[in-house]
Amino acid sequence: MQSRKAPESPVTATVPAIAVERLVKVYQRGMAVDGISFALPQGSVTGLLGGNGAGKTTTIAMIMGLLTPTSGTVRVLGADMPRQRYRVLHRMNFESPYVEMPMRLTVRQNLTVFGRLYGVRGLAERIAELARDLDLEALLDRPSGKLSSGQKTRVSLAKALINHPEVLLLDEPTASLDPDTADWVRSCLERYRTAHGATILLASHNMGEVERLCERVIIMKTGRIEDDGPPAALLARYGRATLEEVFLDVARGRVRETAQ
Amino acid sequence: MSERSVADTGPGAGGRVERGIEYGIEFGVSWRRIAAMVERYWYLLRSSWPRLLELIYWPAVQMLMWGFLQTYIAQNAGFFARAGGTFIGAVLLWDILFRGQLGFSVSFLEEVWSRNLANLMMSPLKPIEFVLAMMVMSIVRLLIGMVPVSLLAIGFFGFNLYGMGFALAAFFLNLIITGWAVGILVSGIVMRNGLGAESLAWTIMFLLMPLTCVYYPVAVLPHWLQVVAWSLPPTYVFEGMRALLIDHVFRLDLMLEAFAINVFAFTIGAFGFVLLLRSARRHGSLIQTGE
Repeated sequence: MQSRKAPESPVTATVPAIAVERLVKVYQRGMAVDGISFALPQGSVTGLLGGNGAGKTTTIAMIMGLLTPTSGTVRVLGADMPRQRYRVLHRMNFESPYVEMPMRLTVRQNLTVFGRLYGVRGLAERIAELARDLDLEALLDRPSGKLSSGQKTRVSLAKALINHPEVLLLDEPTASLDPDTADWVRSCLERYRTAHGATILLASHNMGEVERLCERVIIMKTGRIEDDGPPAALLARYGRATLEEVFLDVARGRVRETAQ
Repeated sequence: MSERSVADTGPGAGGRVERGIEYGIEFGVSWRRIAAMVERYWYLLRSSWPRLLELIYWPAVQMLMWGFLQTYIAQNAGFFARAGGTFIGAVLLWDILFRGQLGFSVSFLEEVWSRNLANLMMSPLKPIEFVLAMMVMSIVRLLIGMVPVSLLAIGFFGFNLYGMGFALAAFFLNLIITGWAVGILVSGIVMRNGLGAESLAWTIMFLLMPLTCVYYPVAVLPHWLQVVAWSLPPTYVFEGMRALLIDHVFRLDLMLEAFAINVFAFTIGAFGFVLLLRSARRHGSLIQTGE
């Protein structure tokens, strides 16, 4: 992937790419996110871990501006979300297996539409570049609905990267993929991060993925942050060999005695 | 219009824009993004012949049925012989109203069916641009359906819709605005409540059908119901059509009254959409666009 110049921005590198403060989301059915705070420096890769219902997707949705917090603040590249979202949405993107691309449109048509929505210059070249990088060249003129899960994930990733996002939010990007395709997607993300210095926040259930990609891990449970730190520090703190063991300790409530 | 809109221009954008954004209203629009959305729906229509066929066959069936009925009645009643084309005209204008709303709502439903709404809402596409794109597509879908059917009406019954001239433009404008006002509100309800509310998109206009006096004059209704009928802009259009076809008079007064009510109705629809969008953002409906 080609690198590019840093975008013109009033936001300096000292401003966190994502800053979350005392964030709360309460639904009628109960508390989804319970007063979490964290700041992600620009260019960092952070994993958001947690079991089902831990609040990961809700947190990401609030960062994207799709969900209004009950209280607290989210700032992305200095812009208050969701109030000032149109200042920064063209500098962000996201990918999730739970959000699909229109199935009847071909891959090229989908990428063209999203490229135009994001105001991508040299769109045809950008699509060709992504098709090369993500091995989509043979799929460009096929309807998106006729693709396999792995192929759909690559197309979603192409959509997520089409605008050279400075902030990339990924919600379980390798869910339901076979190990080979999942590994391939991780390699793509690593290449993109290296080439562009993007900030990546990755929600995942895959501990191996998080260990490989992330320099920092935030572990959530029932809407709260249970632990936060570099993978090596978490392993040391819990006296475990893998993040999966750390995750199980947290999930099963063995946090304090183990960590202490 | 520049590529970067008013709201993108940073802290100096001004208080009016800030307040607008806070209330979910965006003042700056990008024609590039609107064109991208129109292109998206055009790709979809082009890729599916059943979708194209559906735009034409039902208006054609309706027009033929009412046309033959009118031909039969005209042969047996002096009044209807003079009132040439009122049924065919009514069915064609009704389809402008119904298809205008449906074209708008179906474009929105396509995004929900394909689980693409979050992709769009996370993109720089603003709600106002999304709405404008759906308005353009409702006209495109309407033209695909109505032009062949109106030509069929000439061929089968010698009824030339385009012979109405300027009056047709006034009828069309008023009916399409009503269609959009209802379409935008229905889209907001689906966005907030999910596909459980989808049936509204297909049926809501039929609630208006008896009240807007598509096939009969308002005078037929009981007095108290006439008050309700006159609160609906399409009533003025259908009365205006009958005045044109039966009395050969273009009632500009009716069109202006309809337009005034339409402005009010569209404002209500747009305001409702904004409120429902805000509610959807609060309740997480944008990330769970299913049942």
